[in-house]
Amino acid sequence: MKSAFTKLALAGLMASTMIGGASAQEDTIKVGILHSLSGTMAISETTLKDAMLMLIEEQNKKGGLLGKKLEAVVVDPASDWPLFAEKARELIEVNGVDAVFGCWTSVSRKSVLPVFEELNSLLFYPVQYEGEESQRNVFYTGAAPNQQAIPAVDYLMNEEGVERWVLAGTDYVYPRTTNKILEAYLKSKGVAEEDIMINYTPFGHSDWQTIVSDIKTFGSAGKKTAVVSTINGDANVPFYKELGNAGIKAEDIPVVAFSVGEEELAGLDTAPLVGHLAAWNYFQSADTDANAEFIEAWHAYIGDDKRVTNDPMEAHFIGFNMWVEAVKKAGSTDPDAVIDAIVGVSVPNLTGGYSAMMPNHHITKPVLIGEIQEDGQFETVWETSGLVVGDAWSDYLDGSKDLISDWRAPLSCGNFNTATGKCGGSGS
Amino acid sequence: MSLMRSFLLLFSLAASLLAAPALAQSDPETLRPLINELANGKYSETEKQIGALVATGDPQVAPALEALSDGDLYVRKADGEVFIIKKAGKAYALIDPLTLETAGEAAKREMDKIKVNNKLRRVIRSALGSLTLMAPDPTVRMAAAEAVFKAKDPDSIEALDAAIAAEADDGVRKKMEEARAAAVLNSDMDEAAKLQAVSTLGTMGNRDALSLLIAVQSSSEGALRDAATSEITKIEKSIAAWDAAQNIWYGLSLGSVLLLAAIGLAITFGVMGVINMAHGEMVMIGAYVTFVVQEFIRSSAPGLFEYSLFIALPLAFLTSGLVGVAIERGVIRWLYGRPLETLLATWGISLVLQQAVRSIFGPTNREVGNPDWMSGAFEIGQMTITYNRMWIIVFAMLVFAGLMLVLKKTPFGLYTRAVTQNRRMAASMGIRTPWIDAFTFGLGSGIAGIAGVALSQIDNVSPNLGQGYIIDSFMVVVFGGVGNLWGTLVGAMTLGVVNKFLEPYAGAVLGKIFVLVFIILFIQKRPRGLFALKGRAVEA
Repeated sequence: MKSAFTKLALAGLMASTMIGGASAQEDTIKVGILHSLSGTMAISETTLKDAMLMLIEEQNKKGGLLGKKLEAVVVDPASDWPLFAEKARELIEVNGVDAVFGCWTSVSRKSVLPVFEELNSLLFYPVQYEGEESQRNVFYTGAAPNQQAIPAVDYLMNEEGVERWVLAGTDYVYPRTTNKILEAYLKSKGVAEEDIMINYTPFGHSDWQTIVSDIKTFGSAGKKTAVVSTINGDANVPFYKELGNAGIKAEDIPVVAFSVGEEELAGLDTAPLVGHLAAWNYFQSADTDANAEFIEAWHAYIGDDKRVTNDPMEAHFIGFNMWVEAVKKAGSTDPDAVIDAIVGVSVPNLTGGYSAMMPNHHITKPVLIGEIQEDGQFETVWETSGLVVGDAWSDYLDGSKDLISDWRAPLSCGNFNTATGKCGGSGS
Repeated sequence: MSLMRSFLLLFSLAASLLAAPALAQSDPETLRPLINELANGKYSETEKQIGALVATGDPQVAPALEALSDGDLYVRKADGEVFIIKKAGKAYALIDPLTLETAGEAAKREMDKIKVNNKLRRVIRSALGSLTLMAPDPTVRMAAAEAVFKAKDPDSIEALDAAIAAEADDGVRKKMEEARAAAVLNSDMDEAAKLQAVSTLGTMGNRDALSLLIAVQSSSEGALRDAATSEITKIEKSIAAWDAAQNIWYGLSLGSVLLLAAIGLAITFGVMGVINMAHGEMVMIGAYVTFVVQEFIRSSAPGLFEYSLFIALPLAFLTSGLVGVAIERGVIRWLYGRPLETLLATWGISLVLQQAVRSIFGPTNREVGNPDWMSGAFEIGQMTITYNRMWIIVFAMLVFAGLMLVLKKTPFGLYTRAVTQNRRMAASMGIRTPWIDAFTFGLGSGIAGIAGVALSQIDNVSPNLGQGYIIDSFMVVVFGGVGNLWGTLVGAMTLGVVNKFLEPYAGAVLGKIFVLVFIILFIQKRPRGLFALKGRAVEA
């Protein structure tokens, strides 16, 4: 019975895509949205799906693109990493989309990379990540470590005089790589080995008593201490609750987080957390006309005034507008033409400046440090004076120091080794 | 509410300062330019400006500094005048920072907040500390003493001496003496004074004292160094003992969370033998009931918020219990005796429930507030005990006792035990076994629901809440011995304490792995767990 049902569903799917496909050739440009709507990552990714639908709707109101309407194709990879690759293939081969906006976790991105390479399509990836990657078909609109982690550490070191560091993270690739980069960076700044404490916890860790008390002990050694947190997703709520209950105040031991934004704080009572920090490239509190417009549009679209906006949403906003501009510039949605056209495209971001696509497929962004406020918003306490160029390959790691990425002809290489003068130093 | 509190504090503070005759007083208008300067420039300049204000020694500047620290100090864009603001609807009520009189209203966009960061807050805190040592409210004086302790500023010794002489409260005086000791060690006073300071810190005996003493040890010679060394050894010894006690407490606390999550499963899996993969979702439903109750209270009866958990408990029990009965009647009863199919079916149910909650409440975390009696911590010796953990231990024990009572002392418990021990005999005696099955399953699910109320206080309330606990719950039940509630209790506590003793050495990730390996080996040796059931039920 089950197989009969599957066949039926498949037939229905094919029929619908055939109809869609026939008309799509004529008057729509299809945009794929590859975000988990169920499973553990739905908590973060569902919002991005809605944001994309809103952006596409707005573009259609402005008259679409190249005289055609845009059409969103939404699939649900269900927080299942191999399924991301299958769904990406489905989007490109079956639905014939011209660009895909999607993925959140690094492992889902890694799983779809070969698909995008093989089928030569475009992926816009909106989340801050660990770097050490640059791929021809992927555009990284989130922050690379030098656009988030390094400036945050600089802020703590220079403005708050921090001398002792706790690097706490969830045990997977993003925190491990980021902490490796940070450790190398701190040591290059003369921080001693014993002044760095590194701690990893499993996904969804909920019992933080021991770690919080360790942090307290580590911080009572007389030197100013701060926690750099790459703790991911759900584990943050119990972590901050424990911090608040244990009476660790931001004035004594500030915590700067890279994965905690407005959306995560929405599930928390923020009163005990006032003063703890986060580093992003965008805060909902950014006081600009573009941002006010965006928030208003978002509230109108979602029908709820209390929904917040966050950094990955801005990344999609920038990425989508860049793609639109690149398609206009190239006069076609052909991936190769867009890849050539998009480098150098510059669009307004929501913090009052312009972001440009660089030859390494990363973008320029301002870096903001914000303090948590009682209403669950951030207040910017510090920002970089100019835009920071995303660096695909960290300057502080041995393997990647010599690598650069430039997808323009004639170099056209994601990992050019300047020491050996060859493409393909290491990594992908 | 906290805004309110800070304002009360602010005014009491101002009142106290105005009443202190020893300190210099001058015409507010001479201070105004200094205060208006706060609005200019970057943090470093604001910091200098704070220094200049404190240097006047005039207590009238304290309310402005306090407001700056709270983020309530704003500057009027039009003329650069600085005001303390109070949010009044869409506008701000302005308060003069020096006279504390109301000074009209202003629209939000007419005012700019004077930015403050953690460093400035620290500077303000220590500055206010030395200004408020003589405040009439002992809690303000205590906070002042703590601030001075952290600042370790030799210049504050004089103020401290005066304050200690006038202090009536023993606790506050002790803190002031400790603050004085810290300042003395940082000054260039003679060795006798410093020796006395070392012994004061020695009796203080906590980590703050330890770090100060270590600094003394490394920077001094002779008698002072010896005294510091001997105090350090003493403190380290006592801290080690307290650390062990703290670890046991953490273990018990983790154990009680495990117990709460597992105890419902101990009934459905342990007593009935049903592998219920949807158990975690019962916990999640309980947590969401808490959320709904709190939302309702927030919108219609805010005064009841402190009691929200008590209101949520029976509702969570009923909701989860009913869902449990529905699952048993709808699915599980057709699958008795087929464990594999039960496992798959209940796993499917768990996915359905998760997605249903996701569709109804949205995929993002929901905020469940902690009532005041569940927030904060107190200290016993060198050990910090948080209230929410303490109440959860108490609650877990109460649930356990209540469940024991139901199973051992009520007719329903008797029927349940009869059915599990010998189903056919029980049926022959006239017990309606299908109903007992349904109610027992409902009881197990209901208990999971009230566990959800407790867990909503320490974990996030999201559709994934239950998943995090399902593996641990099975581990506890299997380790403790299937079919035995005492086994579940001992199993949960053992695993909790073992986990917490492993964590400092092995880290959280490896610690978990070690515990898992330990259980696998243990099950090899004793397949029926810690407390194995004996007798006929085992063979059934």
